[in-house]
Amino acid sequence: MAIIENHKTVGIPLCKEPKLSARDVSVFYGEKQAIFNVDLDIGANEVIALIGPSGCGKSTFLRCLNRMNDTIDICRVTGSILLDDNNIYDARVDVVPLRAQVGMVFQKPNPFPKSIYDNVAYGPRIHGLATSRVDLDEIVEKSLQRAGLWGEVKDRLHSPGTGLSGGQQQRLCIARTIAVDPEVILMDEPCSALDPIATAKIEELIDELRENYTIAIVTHSMQQAARVSQRTAYFHLGQVIEVNTTDKVFTTPQHQLTEAYITGRFG
Amino acid sequence: MTSQSTREKVARSMKRRRASEARFRIYGMMSVMFGMLCLVVLFGDIFSKGLSAFRQTILTADIVIDGDYLDINARSDVSDLMNANYEGLLKEHFKNEMQPEGRSERRDLYSLISVGASWQLQKEVLADPNLIGKSITIDLIVDDDVDQWFKRDRSKPGASSRFSEAQLRWLQTWIDEDRLATRFNSQFFVNGDSREPELAGIRGAMTGTLLTLLVTFFLSFPVGVAAAIYLEEFAPKNRLTEIVEININNLAAVPSITFGLLGLAIFINMFGVARSTPLVGGLVLTLMTLPTIIISGRAAIKAVPPSIREAALGLGASKMQTVFHHVLPLAMPGMLTGTIIGMAQALGETAPLLMIGMIAFVVDVPGFINDPSTVLPVQIFLWSDSPERAFTERTSGAIIVLLGFLIIMNTAAVLLRRRLERRW
Repeated sequence: MAIIENHKTVGIPLCKEPKLSARDVSVFYGEKQAIFNVDLDIGANEVIALIGPSGCGKSTFLRCLNRMNDTIDICRVTGSILLDDNNIYDARVDVVPLRAQVGMVFQKPNPFPKSIYDNVAYGPRIHGLATSRVDLDEIVEKSLQRAGLWGEVKDRLHSPGTGLSGGQQQRLCIARTIAVDPEVILMDEPCSALDPIATAKIEELIDELRENYTIAIVTHSMQQAARVSQRTAYFHLGQVIEVNTTDKVFTTPQHQLTEAYITGRFG
Repeated sequence: MTSQSTREKVARSMKRRRASEARFRIYGMMSVMFGMLCLVVLFGDIFSKGLSAFRQTILTADIVIDGDYLDINARSDVSDLMNANYEGLLKEHFKNEMQPEGRSERRDLYSLISVGASWQLQKEVLADPNLIGKSITIDLIVDDDVDQWFKRDRSKPGASSRFSEAQLRWLQTWIDEDRLATRFNSQFFVNGDSREPELAGIRGAMTGTLLTLLVTFFLSFPVGVAAAIYLEEFAPKNRLTEIVEININNLAAVPSITFGLLGLAIFINMFGVARSTPLVGGLVLTLMTLPTIIISGRAAIKAVPPSIREAALGLGASKMQTVFHHVLPLAMPGMLTGTIIGMAQALGETAPLLMIGMIAFVVDVPGFINDPSTVLPVQIFLWSDSPERAFTERTSGAIIVLLGFLIIMNTAAVLLRRRLERRW
């Protein structure tokens, strides 16, 4: 299969009140182009799922949204991504506050090898969000509660975060992200290393978090995309083939590639 | 081809495969055994020669501290007490005791006792001037020839040929009176170097080593860690950093004597650092240790999983915060292990220190990093060159001490690694 020449994304890639809007975004790894001219909006307080076969660029695109790709030397991004009308790829933008505003949860749970408390408190500490110990305690408790972990860990806040089970670790990572009070949360296959029960908990959590945050989630599981998201974008070889409400993508896909993917003919 | 013959072929090849596996195991075991054998021979040799260095023969004598002969009394001032003729007193004592006949016999008699014996007497008197006029029982150090004869050679035929008949008679008398004995050789640990083997000790060399290693550590650890962090985390990956990286690896392979020449040319000739001091020794060893620390430090940083960095960066930590809050603490055990191993290498280094004059004969124990001093391996080198048999023994004794330090440092490195190793 090859890249489709002059492809125009099918469906409704843009929305009225976008939180993040990507325009003509292309990503290059050295000479190789990984993302081709993507136009995509992510609306406020919506969960958008990015799906597609392996190597289609969905993770790469996600990592553009908080400039995590900056850490890769050979990676180059063109086009613009507006966060509340400010281009995050503007030369004057500092990535440090940006990443506090656009948090990220990774594929593999990656708690710091520190206590549960310190894991959650780290972000608020470096950003100076708490003025006192009491403040910090409060932030930690609230974040853990929102991540649905408080009940399970409140008696052992000072035991190592790496001692938790995989699902608990991932919720700890979500709590850690919430603790710095972001506006957008990016999730890169957050459940791929978890068992079905832990996955169900995280999905439930994502649904609750939607009230306060804008969420973009990359997933390999179409069921997951169907369960948690309002809109779904289908990526194929670096292009966004189709974006639509999740219902429509899974019931009446408009593009043949989308249909082929969701019916399991490749992927 | 039937399946029967395939099975047969497999069965036949199995025999061959098993045999080659068994052979390989034997080769492996033989290699390990050869290594262990070398170690046993080395240790056996050194310990058989060197353990006796930790014991020293003494002669118990009752000596009257004759105030009239020494021309001092309990109220004399310190300089008089120090300069009194204790050597003469000792000679007088042994002359009266053993009754040698004639000049040469007298000389033979005096030569059995170490020149250090009079200092022992002096020390006693200085510690308590009230002893003047009284008789004291004191364990005098004997000469190294007597020491060697008493400790090791007495029973061997021909071993007594170094002594004259009269000397042997006196020695036998002392043995019969149960006055010759061996005890723990504390001199070996509290004295500096000396021309007299029975008085020579390793305190000067040990202090020199300690000071040199301190200088090395305080220079190479911060510089090495900073270089490793910069190269691994901050430096752009381009031609220049590649050249730097290759040259650090080259530096680690440079023969150590070259560093000595470099130190001589730069530190001593250009900057005028005093030669033969722990300061210049430490500077030279820093050059040697740095590459080791940088290489192991980079390996330790590389071993920190990228997910930890991503987690910190994703929370909005700056590069610096990511490195210092997360990467460095996780890499520290590996870095410390590398540092200890580098320091252990520096501890055993001789060649570069010869070039910067640390081979000088230094009697005084150095007090600070700018005092002339020597180090343990150089001390070993110096003693191994001396003809006296007692120095051979002390050479091995010093090697035992050096090996002891090396084993302690390497064990510490292993324990530290085990203890601080984190799994994630």
